[in-house]
Amino acid sequence: MGKLATITRRTFLLGAVAITGGVVFGYWKYKQPYGNPLQKDLDDGEAALTPYVLIDQDGITIIAPRAEMGQGIHTTLAALVAEELDVSLEQVKVIHGPASNAYFNAAGFEEAIPFAAIDESSMAERARNFTRIPAKFLGMQLTGGSSSTPDAFEKMRMAGAAARESLLQAAAQKLGVQATSLSTHAGKVLTASGDSFDYTELAEAAALIEPSAEPTLKSQANWKVLGKSQARVDVIPKSTGTAEFGVDVTLPGMLFATVRVNPNLLNPMNAYDASKAESMRGVEKIIEIENGVAVVATNSWYAFQAAKAIEFDWQPANYPKTTSELRQIVVDSFAAGADSKHRDDGDVDAALNGAEIISGEYEVPYLAHATMEPMNATAWMRDGMIEIWAGNQLPTQIVKEAERITGLPEDAITVHTPYMGGGFGRRAELDFAKQAIEIANAMPGTPVKMTWTREEDTCHDYYRPLALAKFKAVMGDTEPTAIDLELAAPSVASSQFGRLGVPAAGPDIFIVQAAWDQPYGVENYRVRGYKADTVFPVSSWRSVGASQNAFFHESMMDELAAAKSLDPLQMRLNLITHEPSRKVIEAVGELSNWGAELPAGHGRGIAFCLSFGVPTAQVIEVAEQDGKIKILNAYIAADVGTALDPRNVEAQLSGGMHYGLAAAMMGEITITDGKVDQTNFHNYNSIRMNQSPNVEVAILENGDRIRGVGEPGTPPAAPALANAIYAATGKRIRRLPLNKEVSFV
Amino acid sequence: MKLTVNGTNHEVDVDPNMPLLWVLRDELNIKGPKFGCGIAMCGACTVHLNGNPIRACSFPVSAATGEITTIEGVGTPNAMSAVQEAWVEHQVAQCGYCQSGQIMSATALLNNNPAPSDQDIDTAMSGNLCRCGTYPRIRAAIKTAAANIQASKATEIELGADAPEGV
Ligand code: FES
Ligand code: FES
Repeated sequence: MGKLATITRRTFLLGAVAITGGVVFGYWKYKQPYGNPLQKDLDDGEAALTPYVLIDQDGITIIAPRAEMGQGIHTTLAALVAEELDVSLEQVKVIHGPASNAYFNAAGFEEAIPFAAIDESSMAERARNFTRIPAKFLGMQLTGGSSSTPDAFEKMRMAGAAARESLLQAAAQKLGVQATSLSTHAGKVLTASGDSFDYTELAEAAALIEPSAEPTLKSQANWKVLGKSQARVDVIPKSTGTAEFGVDVTLPGMLFATVRVNPNLLNPMNAYDASKAESMRGVEKIIEIENGVAVVATNSWYAFQAAKAIEFDWQPANYPKTTSELRQIVVDSFAAGADSKHRDDGDVDAALNGAEIISGEYEVPYLAHATMEPMNATAWMRDGMIEIWAGNQLPTQIVKEAERITGLPEDAITVHTPYMGGGFGRRAELDFAKQAIEIANAMPGTPVKMTWTREEDTCHDYYRPLALAKFKAVMGDTEPTAIDLELAAPSVASSQFGRLGVPAAGPDIFIVQAAWDQPYGVENYRVRGYKADTVFPVSSWRSVGASQNAFFHESMMDELAAAKSLDPLQMRLNLITHEPSRKVIEAVGELSNWGAELPAGHGRGIAFCLSFGVPTAQVIEVAEQDGKIKILNAYIAADVGTALDPRNVEAQLSGGMHYGLAAAMMGEITITDGKVDQTNFHNYNSIRMNQSPNVEVAILENGDRIRGVGEPGTPPAAPALANAIYAATGKRIRRLPLNKEVSFV
Repeated sequence: MKLTVNGTNHEVDVDPNMPLLWVLRDELNIKGPKFGCGIAMCGACTVHLNGNPIRACSFPVSAATGEITTIEGVGTPNAMSAVQEAWVEHQVAQCGYCQSGQIMSATALLNNNPAPSDQDIDTAMSGNLCRCGTYPRIRAAIKTAAANIQASKATEIELGADAPEGV
């Protein structure tokens, strides 16, 4: 998967395509993993072009080809184009992907451009082809990880700049003047004499102009949109109940479904008895699906009720059936030899030998993603085609699954990606989409929306793994002189990629993520990872391995500082080797007034984590009130290189921290008799308003390049809170969730 | 069964035990109220019944006698309520899934308590989960909305009897 993510400048090509009454700008192509017959004129292995800007008589549309899960990416991607196109965000419409009327109405694509090798014979085929393009783009973006932000950073600006240059050219030709005598402002081309032309009226002429392959980008100093806080393009729909999430998809004659599958995860169903369910009100059909049953009804609630009334004979779990047995596998992995040793500075064994050793053992539990919107998907099979609506992070894989389940060819499959009520990694899994496809396959002609109950969602997740850590260290007077950190966990890479049919070769970097690569200079410093057999389904959970390793690493640092009564913030500054990281720690110190006297019973904790390229430090202040911990204040400093939308960066850092706090305080999934014990928010609860601290954020821009910020807010939350509890109470908690040891207000 | 939602009367033929949420969403196609948990633990489904916030996922439709108001009845994109305006001003929403419910709880709070303290906000809002962690902005938006509502009331009083209805 990694190689798909390497989109170089060289493979980037800008173009324009004429459509009825307008123009589509800004394509780029990438290496195609499998052949697409519709694009046969492209160089071998190159295909799939993604439009970014569409201008026609109806206005300007920016295509933000990335899943909006709440991270504000639509707004940021649109801002990249808007900046160079010289329009404001208020002047544009932002859409998710090109499943737009403009494409279906497109009358003729220009032949002349080298990459628009579209089969002219069938309008429908063309429309479907364009519809699927962003699917490929999306799938790739996901695998691109932190590289996708810098990638879009250049390409979407270039698309906007190329479009603007073409529009200027079009106006110049029309007027018979030099383009250099013209300028643009707010969606218009302006002449020296004060006349103006809307982009929309120049669009058709602009389509005939070969766009510049190397348009000139504005310098950062001249940015008008980027670097400024924007109103999110989805904020009004999301404040008025009018945003359409996957669960809101409505189609003519649609039925409603739910599923029940084996709670012994990924194991088959032996038998079921639906005789009672069949005759219940509203029930239309009961369908056997992989590992379970779907109930189709005239209302989701009827489906829920009937599904509850079905009796099942589940095949027992084919993995150890309790948390303690699963934990033992992780314990045992320490003895099996290291999977990775990405950091091994100095001579740790020699340094530990005979020295006074400080040691500790740490542990975190399995966690569920618990997105607010339960898993759901809608599918409609008709006329030899299937359309799927699923809030998802991997549309390419959904296409493959649909091919497998329905036997339909790839070009008869369309995937739509509506707004998602949270993702956090969960929607990169395919189970819910596959179920909707199975249901639609069994009910040709009828669109069916399949929604999970919260119980199904909590018990059928792919979980953040249970993980263990051990450290040994030697302290000098002002800093550690030796650290030996050992980390053990089931492999997210082999579990998740295995389900996608992608082999995960070599050591699993997630097991040691954000532990081996921290910018601390310790003379003797070793970080080893141990891969436990992955028998229970695990997956990426916001910030992946960093979600546990920051807790391990930064609690350890706090212990080491405490062992010598050192200031933990100062000790980190003594060790830090990366300037932007140093500034982040200094900034969080200033923001939190670190060092200032606190009232009795209060305590501050600090943690730092460099994850996804973003150095992030958090200080949390707690107070002990009537034997309970109250989280009062939280301070975050992070360096994102370039903050394209500071208010959104702040929201992501604060939101990411809350996600980490919820898990640290109370998140725990346990397993009994092969099944997950937790079922709903009453026993898998989350942080609430009365527990949410005041938050202050400092955004720094000293890093060398632009970074994504959806995840880095999460890792430092748990250690900052645990360290604060230590400062307030003297209690060192080495195992999450913290509410096993303390109560929270 | 008869139902009044956002001032419109509806007639539905469903199991009287069906929770109001599923009548709104699947029968009447009113999808602002969201399904989150089904057990009154998350608040995503919050609507008003005669002005009081209820969890529609756990409220049988047969008991929903009176005026039901959903987020759609509070304001629209072109005519947002003071609470919704404050939500936009503070850019509260992330994924946005919980926000219909948050706004309904906040609206009910401000209707009953025009100047809520932090403690009042905690009490009224802690039944509404937000997995994206937007709580600090929700708190700020409630305070802004409270201030704006107070200010417009003050204007109303100043204008005295000549003020048009609903200023
Ligand atoms: S869906 Fe009603 S409270 Fe959660
Ligand atoms: S905004 Fe996503 S759950 Fe609240």
